[in-house]
Amino acid sequence: MPEAVGDLLVEMDGITKDFPGVHALRDCRFDLRRGEVHALVGENGAGKSTLMKILAGVYRMDSGRIRLRGADVDIATPRAAQQLGISIIHQELSLMPNLTAAQNIFIGREPRGMLPFLLDERALNKNAQALFDQLHLRLDPQTKVANLAVAQQQMVEIAKALSHKAEVVIMDEPTAALTETEIDELFRIIGKLRETGVGVVHISHRLEELKRISDRVTVMRDGQYIATVDTKDASIEQIIRMMVGRAIFEEAREIHEAHPDVVLDVRDLSRGRAVRQVSFDLHRGEILGFAGLVGAGRTEVARAIFGADRADSAEISVNGRAANIKSPGDAVRRGIGYLSEDRKRYGLALSMDVETNIVLATFRKFLRAFGRVDVGRTRSAAQQRVERLAIKTPSIRQKVRNLSGGNQQKVVIAKWLTADTDILIFDEPTRGIDVGAKSEIYHLLNELAHQGKAIIMISSELPEILRMSHRILVMCEGRITGELSGAGATQEQIMTYATMREAVARATE
Amino acid sequence: MRSDAMQRFLAFAALIVIVFVFSLLSPNFLQFDNVVGILIATTVNGVLALGVTFVIISGSIDLSVGTVMTLSAVMTAVFITVWQLPVPVGIVAGIATGGLAGLVNGVLVARLKIPSFIATLGMLNVAKGLALVISGLKPIYFNDTPEFNRAAMGSVVGGIVPGLEIPNLVVVLFVSALVASLILSKTILGRFTFALGSNEEAARLSGVNVDAWKMAVFTVCGLFSGIAGVLIGARLNSAQPSLGQGYELDAIAAAVIGGTSLSGGEGSILGTVIGAFIISTLTNGLRILSVPQEWQTVVTGGIVIVAVYLDIVRRRQRP
Repeated sequence: MPEAVGDLLVEMDGITKDFPGVHALRDCRFDLRRGEVHALVGENGAGKSTLMKILAGVYRMDSGRIRLRGADVDIATPRAAQQLGISIIHQELSLMPNLTAAQNIFIGREPRGMLPFLLDERALNKNAQALFDQLHLRLDPQTKVANLAVAQQQMVEIAKALSHKAEVVIMDEPTAALTETEIDELFRIIGKLRETGVGVVHISHRLEELKRISDRVTVMRDGQYIATVDTKDASIEQIIRMMVGRAIFEEAREIHEAHPDVVLDVRDLSRGRAVRQVSFDLHRGEILGFAGLVGAGRTEVARAIFGADRADSAEISVNGRAANIKSPGDAVRRGIGYLSEDRKRYGLALSMDVETNIVLATFRKFLRAFGRVDVGRTRSAAQQRVERLAIKTPSIRQKVRNLSGGNQQKVVIAKWLTADTDILIFDEPTRGIDVGAKSEIYHLLNELAHQGKAIIMISSELPEILRMSHRILVMCEGRITGELSGAGATQEQIMTYATMREAVARATE
Repeated sequence: MRSDAMQRFLAFAALIVIVFVFSLLSPNFLQFDNVVGILIATTVNGVLALGVTFVIISGSIDLSVGTVMTLSAVMTAVFITVWQLPVPVGIVAGIATGGLAGLVNGVLVARLKIPSFIATLGMLNVAKGLALVISGLKPIYFNDTPEFNRAAMGSVVGGIVPGLEIPNLVVVLFVSALVASLILSKTILGRFTFALGSNEEAARLSGVNVDAWKMAVFTVCGLFSGIAGVLIGARLNSAQPSLGQGYELDAIAAAVIGGTSLSGGEGSILGTVIGAFIISTLTNGLRILSVPQEWQTVVTGGIVIVAVYLDIVRRRQRP
């Protein structure tokens, strides 16, 4: 049978899946053609990943039908999916860090030596090299994966999919952790896959990307199929409307005069090669945006101010008084809160309930004699925060693990507000949060600033920086390379400063 | 340098320093007889540590190796002295006993999903109890089969190179180590041992039959415990049912000192052998210097803490 571009590769129909207590998918459908990039979008919890995990054999559907190249198939395990030519690249990369790139690619399919249980390491590395050549990648197959950057690890995953002779490649948010250059490289490779007739499913939150890379877009909402459209016929606004089921209005940013009071003054902050002589001040009621490429040193600045990492040198004063911050405890006592980009790892006790998380940093305030916790007061404090911040949770007893990304972020914010912090450092506050919840977080940030909190917002999303910040500092390779006023700044200006590598290099000499 | 290679290098340097210091402190330390004594003392713990290295690299732990060794020794004695099986058959059956215990551990951990710490802690007591029950609480002697002891304590090497009377059981340690090292670096089992410890979920999603390989890893560990059981039986010319508990900690210590990471995914047989020698050399040296037994234990305990701390420091330095 001749196989041409445009032939249907995958047809999924009537897919239904329940998890205990949740209807994850209701009668969903999806199809994929040979040689197309099909974007799958929807808010968090819409069911995109679940649907694709069913196709990849990670989950089993409760009912429904999957046809591959026109024939019904039963995909019971990840291995079965691989054998059918379906590969998935998971959101959390699933590589083995202690093994080399080549060993990862061929895990379970190692070339054998003279005896069937012996490995042929040379053939292994040669085969991996051949795959890298095919993708025009410059990577040593014998490098341990632990020593590769995230983007490179992703390339290893793609090479792995290719080695399975995959005809269907599913990418679950592949660009979430990549820089602009790395995204270009990824898209180049997706283009190569497409040329060879592979069908690519691209799950993403970044809607601007869809226009660049995809042929068709399927929108899901609340576990249901909404629509499939040709990308060139749809505007981003239309897609967003389908995703959230309502129109989101870009609120005009209220620019009020920055307060003259300086609450945080940082002079000559340095830490190794990551942070070099960073100086800035932060005013009350201000949102100070930190822009730059991934790895520019913004998170390192935040962690050093917060005392999570030790600075080599720094003069920091809080509210005009010199502050020697040696640990996060010191920072909290001076009213500084840090909201990590990795909420799940650093910001929350996932297996504990909403109430405990909210009072976690401030238990001391709720103690009665002999170290007993005043449960009545923690409960009412938590209840109050939940209402004020409109955290969507069945009760304050709900485990944080079961909340959506946006609501988890609000719990972290609630925690720091309970701790009476005046300076809040947000590191990628909307990463992994869906469009609807994003605008709520934005609203919350504006409100906090209005109440007089001083906010540092680190973000890699330029529209976000431009929309939210009163002032913008741009970093590149550990230095602040530019300062812009939020009012007139453009994406182009920020990118110019963010890529001032040469200038930095010259200044260092 | 790879971080476990770093630890291996440190361990080797430490071993040299220890040998050097003791040889200065005591003229008897480097005597041929004493060196052979150290080699013999390393044998049993070394073989146990080989097996445990596999389990630790795969991201689990096996606390039962010491008492499984004892059970294997007792069963070897039963096979040879009670059932009157030929000695080689008894040896193979004794080793198989260890393998069987390891397989049971593997089933408990892989199929029933019992955390390895608990499953093997249970097996520690089960094996200890069985050894006592089967032996009737008394040692079983190999008096009718002197060739069993002779096979272990005789010296093939001495027959080839006169004067170099290294007992055969020491040769068994090195051959076992060589085999273990080849399994770990050259076979599919070795690859999956590292894969399991590195990221088990990723291995599963890549279509690897994770449960089966985990059972294989525990079985290999059990087989090495079985070999250790045969060795200790032959050396003492008896199966001592009350021996064995506490050996697991020395075995784990040897692996950790040699750079095997308790979080899995990293380690080597060479490192483990060096680790086993560090422990036995220290014990031997301290005994020559008349340091009481209690203090020897304190020292080995301290070394384990230092080794694990070094492991943590290495990990923290990673970018």
